[in-house]
Amino acid sequence: MAPILDIQNLYKNYGTTEILKDINVSIEPGDFLVLVGPSGCGKSTLLNCIAGLEPISGGAIHIGGHDMTSVSPKDRDIAMVFQSYALYPTMSVAKNITFGMKVRGIDQKTQTAKLEQVARQLQIEALLNRKPGQLSGGQRQRVAMGRALVRDPKLFLFDEPLSNLDAKLRVEMRTEIKELHQRLGASMVYVTHDQIEAMTLATKIVVMKGGVIQQIGTPAEIYKRPANLFVADFMGNPAMNLIPARTRTAGAGTEIEIDNKGGAPIILRDPHTSNLPPDVILGIRPEDIAEPGFRAAQSAQEAECLVDMVEPAGADTFVLTHLGGKQVTARLHSETEAQPGQRQKLAFDLNKVSYFAPDNGQRLN
Amino acid sequence: MTDVTHSAARTQSRTGQIVLRWLLYVILCLFAVYYLMPLFVMVTTSLKSLEEIRTGSLVALPREITFDAWKTAWSGACTGIQCDGVRPFFWNSVLIAVPGVLISTLLGALNGYVVAQWRFRGANIIFALMLFGCFIPFQVVLLPMARVLGLMGIAGTIPGLIFVHVVYGLGFTTLFFRNYYVTIPAELTKAAKVDGAGFLRIFWSIFLPLSLPIIVVTVIWQFTQIWNDFLFGVSFSQAGTQPITVALNNIVNSTTGVKEYNVDMAAAIIAALPTLLVYVVAGKYFIRGLTAGSVKG
Amino acid sequence: MSKWLEEHLPKVVLAPSFIAILIFVYGFIAWTGWVSLTRSRLLPKYEIEGFIQYDKLFASPRWDVAMNNLFLFGFLFIGISMLLGLVLAILLDQNIRTEGAIRTIYLYPMALSMIVTGTAWKWILNPGLGIEATVRGWGFESFTFDWLVNPDYAIYTIVLAAIWQSSGFVMALFLAGLRSVDTEIIRAAQVDGIPTWRIYTAIIIPSMAPIFLSAFIVLAHLAIKAFDLVIALTGGGPGFATDLPATYMYAMAFSRGDIGQAAASAMIMMAVVFTIVVPYLYSELRAKND
Repeated sequence: MAPILDIQNLYKNYGTTEILKDINVSIEPGDFLVLVGPSGCGKSTLLNCIAGLEPISGGAIHIGGHDMTSVSPKDRDIAMVFQSYALYPTMSVAKNITFGMKVRGIDQKTQTAKLEQVARQLQIEALLNRKPGQLSGGQRQRVAMGRALVRDPKLFLFDEPLSNLDAKLRVEMRTEIKELHQRLGASMVYVTHDQIEAMTLATKIVVMKGGVIQQIGTPAEIYKRPANLFVADFMGNPAMNLIPARTRTAGAGTEIEIDNKGGAPIILRDPHTSNLPPDVILGIRPEDIAEPGFRAAQSAQEAECLVDMVEPAGADTFVLTHLGGKQVTARLHSETEAQPGQRQKLAFDLNKVSYFAPDNGQRLN
Repeated sequence: MTDVTHSAARTQSRTGQIVLRWLLYVILCLFAVYYLMPLFVMVTTSLKSLEEIRTGSLVALPREITFDAWKTAWSGACTGIQCDGVRPFFWNSVLIAVPGVLISTLLGALNGYVVAQWRFRGANIIFALMLFGCFIPFQVVLLPMARVLGLMGIAGTIPGLIFVHVVYGLGFTTLFFRNYYVTIPAELTKAAKVDGAGFLRIFWSIFLPLSLPIIVVTVIWQFTQIWNDFLFGVSFSQAGTQPITVALNNIVNSTTGVKEYNVDMAAAIIAALPTLLVYVVAGKYFIRGLTAGSVKG
Repeated sequence: MSKWLEEHLPKVVLAPSFIAILIFVYGFIAWTGWVSLTRSRLLPKYEIEGFIQYDKLFASPRWDVAMNNLFLFGFLFIGISMLLGLVLAILLDQNIRTEGAIRTIYLYPMALSMIVTGTAWKWILNPGLGIEATVRGWGFESFTFDWLVNPDYAIYTIVLAAIWQSSGFVMALFLAGLRSVDTEIIRAAQVDGIPTWRIYTAIIIPSMAPIFLSAFIVLAHLAIKAFDLVIALTGGGPGFATDLPATYMYAMAFSRGDIGQAAASAMIMMAVVFTIVVPYLYSELRAKND
């Protein structure tokens, strides 16, 4: 199948500042693409470029196989949901939803039918005569979705649509958006700075920083095999532990030495990885450091560490320790007996580690 | 013992508070008298006969209320050689102010909409240049304007004065609308663009319905400016087209005949009435315009 | 064509206004500047002769009086209006029950035309029947208050009327400023036991610096433009005692038929406004763009 959205060598400058550098992404019909990154990384600008709300400085954007470079937003067959929802304040909910159809000269009967269908779908029938000012945040969000749904576009664009909602509502709406995507099978591009949103919603994630794409992949790929230190640190909560370490070749594998606060250095053996430089940054997720015998796999190797702090979080208990001069988080089960100031045996799952070069931060294995 | 002194001190400070409070109200009332006195004198004088004015006191209430001065001021007082009162000039001012206000407000709304929501290269410089136009002393444009109005064939006419007021009102009306429209999130325009609406459609369907408060502020501001204008009126009008401020000045400063102070005052009140009425009815918007015109930003 | 129009419509809409401003503000300033360098009298001439008009202007005793009056008037008018406005604003800020009504009374003169203001004060100040006569009527036979017709004091009547007209507006500006100070800071100060007058002098007033600047700009601008008030109140007299640059310019342009002098005096007024307003506008626009 031809990609529904294809971005090639896209550049965007404001004057002499480069906002987006050599962006290449494409998605298939039915994909849910999430653009994620810290604020100022260019993700919203990229979305605006896809929508045609910002002119591009170089490269090309194709939607549904057509070059969109000089096509105005209204002719791109897209619909967009904004962070502030951007509901027209003087129009009722119904008028907000039908405004686009009215502008396009669609007949009244079709308008009414579509409005009813979308209102039913989003359960906002009771709100149709209200003004946006009389709606709660969640209701406004629904109306904004309705305004997009009614268009039946080739491509849905979402610009941080959940960031103005409170935490509980955000989780609810997240589920609803995911459900909607699965039901409609529509193609969506979604911008967020929230990595959990990205992980839960996406079929494909683009991690951006400073106008440059850091990694493109499925949520699992991004989580398990981050392409560089930035992605490793940005995706996942609590973040991946990034521990400076020294390596020695040992047979077919590698021996890894990590400074251990208040004790002899820890030595771990990775039988599967070889050809690492002498100094690396070892990346290991908190859940891959556990109590021996509890969650750790057979490949786990044990070491004793000094516990700095214990943070119970309900289902799990996070234990903080110091390794390689860095604070390291381990995710233990909730009944752990770890105590601050005491030594605790921890098991490291060496099958799931990442190695990064300290100088450029790129992944090594 | 200590308790007693404490409570004594407290009572003392409370009486002190009350005295201060009274003092405060007295001062505020004195200033109210200061601000009201001229209006009071104008009204009472306009209701007195000339005889009573000459013999009585400035601040005394009229012994006998007479509306003769008002009648004379409205339809009989002499402005130079003409003796039709201020009536024709009142209507001149209306004929100048109404189209002048409407045109400059509409243009200001469109300009403000462009500058705030459709930024393009150089839009800021254009806005800065227009803003500065608010501040020039109009003396610097009087001479060339007189010639250009002549070249355009509208010298000394009401359309000429409307034109002048529109041109030099644009800076402020643009500023008002611009400052109002920049507070409206740009996402609204974006959403409408995605919905397929164009420049004018977005203005008409989305921005104009939102603009009632700023339209009121702008209309009041422009109306007050144009109605109260004297410099343009005296420079660019001729015998039949003078606005009321010019006529009032001519009545007051005409040296022929007996000085009729009651007629002067009645004419002055007539000249002030429309803007005073606006102030009383829509004071909130009037003040908002004044402060918006001074606090740029 | 329609595509081009769609893209450029915003510029097309702005263009007429912008062109109008370019011609009628900047073009006209240039024209006046040009003419001020010629020997124009009744009709404009366009051969540049240098600064003769300015030499003549600065040598003219009447212009000298006008400039002195401008500075005296400007200084007193701005200073007293600001002081009065600030005091009234602080007094009104003390939870006054009738604040709305009092504010309305203080501010209404701003709605009046300067011509009306001038007419009213001319009547009140006229020695024959106004305040002087009234006070004499009360038994103070030797009371004199003849500023309006006294060449040494006539300018102060203009100050008086101008303050009457504008101080309420300054009060409104300051009152808005007082109200915009973060109430949490004030509460924190009250909790710390700082007396009210100290809260005003140490916290509230310093944080209103931008409003002082705004008020100053507006008042300075009013002072330089003051024309109507002089015409209505004193007509520039007695003699030329209350001439201001604005009335001087008008007299040269429309009654003396000396376009060169009118242009030169207008340019000087322009320069005065420039030195006050341009730095202000520049800083305002810069702050906004950052």
